[in-house]
Amino acid sequence: MLFAASCNDDSNTEVLEQAKTDATTAYATFVYDSYQSAYDDATALKTAIEVLTTNPTDATLQAAKNTWLAARESYGPTEAFRFADGPIDIIGTEEGPEGLLNSWPLDEAYIDYVDGSTSAGIINDLITYPTIDKALLESLNGQGGEENVSIGYHAIEFLLWGQDLTSPSTKQAGQRPYTDFVDGGTASNQNRRNAYLEICSDLLLEHLQILLEEWKPGGAYRNEFLGYSSEIALSKMMTAIATLSKTELAGERMFVAYDNQDQEDEHSCFSDNTDRDIRLNFAGIKTIYSGLSTSIHDIIVLQNPTIAAEVEAAMTAAETAVEATATPFDFAITDATERPKVLAAVNALRDLGDKLVEGGSEIEITVTIID
Amino acid sequence: MKNQKLLYSFLIGLTILFLAQCTEDEFSFFAEEGEELSGGNGTIFNFSANAFSFQVPNLSNEDGLHFFTGNSLFNQSWVSAPASTTARDGLGPLFNARSCSGCHFKDGRGRPPEYTGERVHGLLLRLSTGNDIYMGPVADVNYGGQLQDLSILGVNTEADYEIIYQEITKNYADGTPYNLRKPTYNIFNLTEGNLTATHVSPRVANQMIGLGLLEAIDENTMLSFVDENDTDGDGISGKANYVWNVEAQTSTIGKFGWKANQPTVKQQVAAAFSGDVGITTSIFPNHNCPPSANCDSLPNGGLPELSDKNLDKITLYSSTLAVPGRRNWENQNVLEGKALFGDIGCTDCHIAKITTGNHPTIPALSNQTIRPYTDLLLHDMGEGLADNSNDYLADGQEWRTPPLWGIGLFSIVNGHTYYLHDGRARNLEEAILWHDGEAKKSKDNFINLNKIEREKVISFLNSL
Repeated sequence: MLFAASCNDDSNTEVLEQAKTDATTAYATFVYDSYQSAYDDATALKTAIEVLTTNPTDATLQAAKNTWLAARESYGPTEAFRFADGPIDIIGTEEGPEGLLNSWPLDEAYIDYVDGSTSAGIINDLITYPTIDKALLESLNGQGGEENVSIGYHAIEFLLWGQDLTSPSTKQAGQRPYTDFVDGGTASNQNRRNAYLEICSDLLLEHLQILLEEWKPGGAYRNEFLGYSSEIALSKMMTAIATLSKTELAGERMFVAYDNQDQEDEHSCFSDNTDRDIRLNFAGIKTIYSGLSTSIHDIIVLQNPTIAAEVEAAMTAAETAVEATATPFDFAITDATERPKVLAAVNALRDLGDKLVEGGSEIEITVTIID
Repeated sequence: MKNQKLLYSFLIGLTILFLAQCTEDEFSFFAEEGEELSGGNGTIFNFSANAFSFQVPNLSNEDGLHFFTGNSLFNQSWVSAPASTTARDGLGPLFNARSCSGCHFKDGRGRPPEYTGERVHGLLLRLSTGNDIYMGPVADVNYGGQLQDLSILGVNTEADYEIIYQEITKNYADGTPYNLRKPTYNIFNLTEGNLTATHVSPRVANQMIGLGLLEAIDENTMLSFVDENDTDGDGISGKANYVWNVEAQTSTIGKFGWKANQPTVKQQVAAAFSGDVGITTSIFPNHNCPPSANCDSLPNGGLPELSDKNLDKITLYSSTLAVPGRRNWENQNVLEGKALFGDIGCTDCHIAKITTGNHPTIPALSNQTIRPYTDLLLHDMGEGLADNSNDYLADGQEWRTPPLWGIGLFSIVNGHTYYLHDGRARNLEEAILWHDGEAKKSKDNFINLNKIEREKVISFLNSL
């Protein structure tokens, strides 16, 4: 019946089809712009790291930390482009750069000294790794275990902040002294640590550049994406945000840390920036759903305003629940009065994921969340 | 209702069309309905490097969330006790890897070391001086039941080993030559005195997919495949292993491991924590302590080091990793390869289709039609593959039929194509060609196929 009705109304169908096409085009532009800001901020990070390694002081270390935090502000929302079989995850038949950019949790002892082991890590292992260079660090990423993360945002984070050894209730991040970067300062192998950090910031730019190449106007994947039927393109977009919400964010990033009550399980555990990661991931979801010039929400409204209102309500509920969680996140998962709010946010994000599947089916878009 | 009628007439139309084609040009291979769903409802369709890492659909919200906690425990690196990270200390004193994912990288298949001295690749050596049919293999007095090639600071690693491969060249019936490599193991740099173990059994880390589905297979279903005295005269016997079940305090049917020497996913997980990572559990509470170390004086990571709560979560995780669906299952070459795979007798042991019974705790795994390509039984695989190590009821030539689901994805997930219990086969053809004993007839049939037919069999296996 529904089918027959919408078939008869040609102008309605036209409006709907136009909205679908506009939404996918707006998405492609948004993806490119977002990676461009991530790249720009990573460029600033590279500069700040060069300043730090050339002249390590409390101030230059703090400046580098600030640029890292700024870089996360622009990278965070781009995680809503994952889980769409796009370049971040897969390029042709090759794995995309996600694992090289944003792997976590990482085993600190794989990179550098840790509490209780002064000679741990690639930096302090002169015998196995006499020379630290790009090729070496990239090849060591993920070798021999999934926590053997050698590069990416979180490797840089660990090198800038150090382990967070304080109790969550003190609300303090890691306290690495700037003298770890001073020749003859604290810890050993400062020159190797400096080189390591510089290489990581170079690689970050290289790996973001891959994404820019794919998504730039005329870029290989952008053309591929805009060549898909709007049904396929929208299916990818919605599967991505539904999966990020229900699985990656609610499950991997929030519930695990909540359940283990362990700050080692938080996304940015060294800098205590996980509360921002969570909010920025959510911002990416929300923008893709309803914040673009033409959005998925606009399409669902055209088809069924009631369902559209339900998805919107789930989005608002998730946002409210996420905003209500305490900061920093290690405090939120360990403090008895704060913990229920984290669980509430987890469940709100899972509901949102399910609602997005429903909203998709209303506009005949298949959304398959695989956990 | 109306739609359904339409669908039926459409299907009838299709059938007529196909029948017509059949008579014209022998185009006669069709996929079975649902055969792409290797894990029944526990199937997912993702063929990326993460293909083995997703949860089965339809878990309860609570199980679905605890799966992620289990995943974090599976991936996390354990550290020596005492440490600031009390939730994850207690590594060793002896170990093969710091994390589960060290060997089961991306929940996939391990491989033999690429060079002597390479660590954490996913192959380990079991050691035994004998076997008790009720209690299992008898450990070496100095080195225990397994050689660990890593240790915490202040404790000696047990030994190193090297693998020497001998190349063997043979020919297919059509004259095409093929190569096999036969490994021998030399253990050296022994730190705990003489090695008294007379049996060394290499075992590679298995892919983690579908384990809960296998656990849900009824014992009676498995026993229906048993033909220990080969009464049907097809040359295939099939024998169930019965192994010590620590929680049940009795022998129960073995389902997991290369010799079906573990009864449950939970005990398999606990045994791996104990032997491979040096982490104690309530099931295996004792440390594997080398004679030269004073383990009582070494700090531990709690008693047990892995709490029951976390053991349950990691067991849940290990039970609920989904099976990737098939690729190209409707492709004619794949379908012809599948038919050949059956015709030459492979499916006598690699049972194509099984319906699971009731899983005790995870309803999503119950009553599923799965296509694991295994009977979970022990078969004599001949002298070439023998580890000459008895393991409960398994003799030195017997191995469990391994499930074949996911074997076409190792290259993507783990970046290699090493097969068999010790990874000696460098590709699927070599894996088939090592078959012997009860599987000799099938192997010979494969050797007698022509090149195009052999490639079709391989295409089929790669679609699993």
